[in-house]
Amino acid sequence: MIEALYARARRFLRRILTRPRIDLPLAFSLFLLASIGLVTLYSAGDGNLALVGGQAARFVLGGALLLVVSRIPPPVLRSWTPWLYAGSTALLVVVAILGEGRGSIRWLDLGIMRFQPSELLKLTMPMMVAWYLHPRQLPPGWKDIVMVGLLIAIPAGLIAEQPDLGTAVLVTAAGAFALFLSGMAWWRIGLLVGAVAGMIPVGWHFLHQYQRDRVLTLLNPESDPLGNGWHIIQSQIAVGSGGAFGKGWQHSTQSRLDFLPEHTTDFIFAVFSEEFGLVGVAALVALYAFIIGRCLWIAMEARDTYSRLLAGAIGMSFFVYVFVNGGMVAGMLPVVGVPMPLISYGGTSAVSLLTGFGVLMSIHANRKMHI
Amino acid sequence: MSWRNRIAPAQPGRRRGAGPSARRRMVVVVGLLGLVSVALIARAFDLQVVRKQFYQKQGDARFLREVPIPVSRGTIFDRNGEPLAVSTPMMSIWANPAEVLDSDEHIPALAQALGVDADGLKAQLAQRSDREFVYLRRQMAPAAAQAVLDLGIPGINGQREFKRYYPSGEVTAHVLGFTNIDDRGQEGLELAYDDWLAGKPGAKRVIRDRMGRVVEDIEQVRAPKPGQNLTLSIDRRIQFLAYSELKNALEKSQASSGSMVVLDVRTGEVLAMANLPTYNPNAIGGSRPDQRRNRAMTDVLEPGSTVKPILMAAALSSGRFTPTSPIIDTTGGHWYFQGHDIHDTHNYGLLTPTGVITKSSNVGAARIAMQLDTSLMYDTYRAFGLGNSTESGFPGEASGHLRIGRDWRPLEKAILGYGYGLNVTVLQLANAYATIADGGVMHSPTFIKGGESEARQIISAEVANQLIRMMETVTGPGSTGTLARIANYSVAGKTGTAHKASVGGYAKSNYTSAFAGIVPASNPRLVGVVVIDDPQKGSYYGGTVSGPVFSKVMEGALRLLDVPPDNIGRWYVGGPLQNVDGLVGSKPPADAPLDDAPLDGGTP
Repeated sequence: MIEALYARARRFLRRILTRPRIDLPLAFSLFLLASIGLVTLYSAGDGNLALVGGQAARFVLGGALLLVVSRIPPPVLRSWTPWLYAGSTALLVVVAILGEGRGSIRWLDLGIMRFQPSELLKLTMPMMVAWYLHPRQLPPGWKDIVMVGLLIAIPAGLIAEQPDLGTAVLVTAAGAFALFLSGMAWWRIGLLVGAVAGMIPVGWHFLHQYQRDRVLTLLNPESDPLGNGWHIIQSQIAVGSGGAFGKGWQHSTQSRLDFLPEHTTDFIFAVFSEEFGLVGVAALVALYAFIIGRCLWIAMEARDTYSRLLAGAIGMSFFVYVFVNGGMVAGMLPVVGVPMPLISYGGTSAVSLLTGFGVLMSIHANRKMHI
Repeated sequence: MSWRNRIAPAQPGRRRGAGPSARRRMVVVVGLLGLVSVALIARAFDLQVVRKQFYQKQGDARFLREVPIPVSRGTIFDRNGEPLAVSTPMMSIWANPAEVLDSDEHIPALAQALGVDADGLKAQLAQRSDREFVYLRRQMAPAAAQAVLDLGIPGINGQREFKRYYPSGEVTAHVLGFTNIDDRGQEGLELAYDDWLAGKPGAKRVIRDRMGRVVEDIEQVRAPKPGQNLTLSIDRRIQFLAYSELKNALEKSQASSGSMVVLDVRTGEVLAMANLPTYNPNAIGGSRPDQRRNRAMTDVLEPGSTVKPILMAAALSSGRFTPTSPIIDTTGGHWYFQGHDIHDTHNYGLLTPTGVITKSSNVGAARIAMQLDTSLMYDTYRAFGLGNSTESGFPGEASGHLRIGRDWRPLEKAILGYGYGLNVTVLQLANAYATIADGGVMHSPTFIKGGESEARQIISAEVANQLIRMMETVTGPGSTGTLARIANYSVAGKTGTAHKASVGGYAKSNYTSAFAGIVPASNPRLVGVVVIDDPQKGSYYGGTVSGPVFSKVMEGALRLLDVPPDNIGRWYVGGPLQNVDGLVGSKPPADAPLDDAPLDGGTP
């Protein structure tokens, strides 16, 4: 029995290496993006090789997970989905009980690395929604919509309680994207959005003061230039002073002189913009748009509902990460803790993103055949 | 047992795949993607191209700073290159209070290194925590300041500064003045020549990070222009002599204050200017304002008899008087003029004009004055600078006072003849004597070595020489200035003893005792004026109180300046004196001086 398992594992590993099931354009884009990320991080981190090395190690780990996951056929993934969802939600409960973190409780210490369970939900949430909608009549009716709503609300509520509003919104969005792609009728969407909009004043009441401040600061950053406005003002100065062609690699004065906060994590895009200018920004946005477009194309080619919804939701989540971070750095959106995918320094995010792309590779490998 | 076998094939009915509705959704998503990408790039375009200048300026403003490059203040030298005022590098410690308070566990160590109380320091920082710059201690010794900086406390910085040091201390205090803690001149020549001495601090552009640390020097914006040195006309050795002799005389006579000025006759250079009381310019904090006054220039006095040579200059210039004629009648020692008793200390009988100077006869001077044309007398007084600023450029210089001639009443004119009813500064008086000494050529007094000043001939050289001959009799036998004699040199001069003006008239027993003299009389090189205010003990006559000071200081000055003696053996009695060095000379006899003639009582 053990020998049989061992043999199967060896066979599986050999297949990953000899016959990888990857989408070459997507893989190449991701490799390019990760490389840009490391180069930018080297500059933003002031030549700190340990920082770059750590990030590279995470990319390697994430890449390995990508290869492994890409070999798992979507039906298998689908059969595991409820357990993955239940498991990650349970971890959120564990975090709530004994997690650690600064200001808010988000982390689990695994000894070797710290781990943020809410990050898992970014992947298991759209999986669960896709799993739920897969066998049902689409477009979904109110009953299914309410069920999906509940599936989303439980983990999202736990995350919002940590409090980590940014991730809660992203997890909710990931689930909602799957629902949206299932063909939910526009009038139902309109009704739901209207209801949510009506809830905003009530929700405002439940926000923490620092979260309210961030939204208010976006509306008028100069009102508090040394406090909450600092991030937005410094970030815009960094971006704007880059000009059309940038100041050149390792010449981002705002970051190097410590004026730009969080310049290796949430605001690394500002460093990139300062160093490479409008040309660099346009190229990076184009690369991101290509990756997202490729995700959506893979979704369109998917063989079944589960795969299609999952691939589309992952692509759209990635879309949201990129543009929420970009909008924040450019001063168009409030300061929320959303990293720039594969550019910002940060472990869990890089690993979970690459795992998600592993799912996409798998879906692509098992796409429907055009005859 | 592959996974695939375990999974039931999807039901055909549920396999919707990408139906037309799903395709429409994708179109929406792709459209959104395009829209948002364009929006983000448009925003980047707005920031990086349209508003680039604004943000670049904002960015530069955050890290580019212009910081001053301190320059040291110029050194002040005496005429022989001895330093009188030097700048020594110091370090001031300043703090960014908020930053220091962030890590307040360092405060005790900091306080100890600064030599202050820890609680007081913390309170001081807390009180000013809204500022970003607070001096903790100014002008520390560089080593002590470095010890503070070596603690490496965040928010503590050093600033290079300079402190002024005056090696001659109180001796040169009044002339030099002093600087404030920011190294700017506050008094005296430090103030008058502040721009010259201070130079211009340069500026450099530096990159500073958020904590205010200088990361890199970019460029020099303005080259520092170091302060320039200043070489004064003052001779430190003569200055020391004047100071110490003045001090001795003040101690001996218990006088309240005194001044002495020594001028170089040929150039108008001030070789010495000493005042008492004085102060230590290296510790200004402990001084009183009255000690800081440069009395020789800021205070005025009534010159009394010392003005008689100037009256005589007018008399000789008029052509109606010569040193020997006409004879002036001072018989009785009193002249009741317009109800006023002008009197001398003795009855001198008939005097030549020279005799009036020798005996310092008030009656004689008043009679001469009354025979002079008012405008000639007034113009002559004016020409000698009485009541005019010397334009030396010294801060706070008084101009003195002389009423305009056409307003003089007869009694006033008579009294002006012997030095009341006008006031002058010691420097003005010295300059008037220097004018006589230089053959009637007036220079503007200057404190700068080699300072060019305009020279004007105000009386003829002949009159000037006659005046010197007349004044030489003041140190001769039977005169008022015998104590001003100098061995081997002939001295021309004039004593002056004036009642001090006080509230409601002249004080009966408060005097200003003055001696003004020219040496050597045969070939004048130096003028010295000594004024001692309000001597309390012993004699109060100018010749007795101030004469010896003049004698000692000028004797030293003549020797220091290597002026050849012109009077060897003049008072020779019983053969030349010779000592082992082969020096030939003679000592002046110790004649008792004739009492000077102060005005007694009454209101002029």
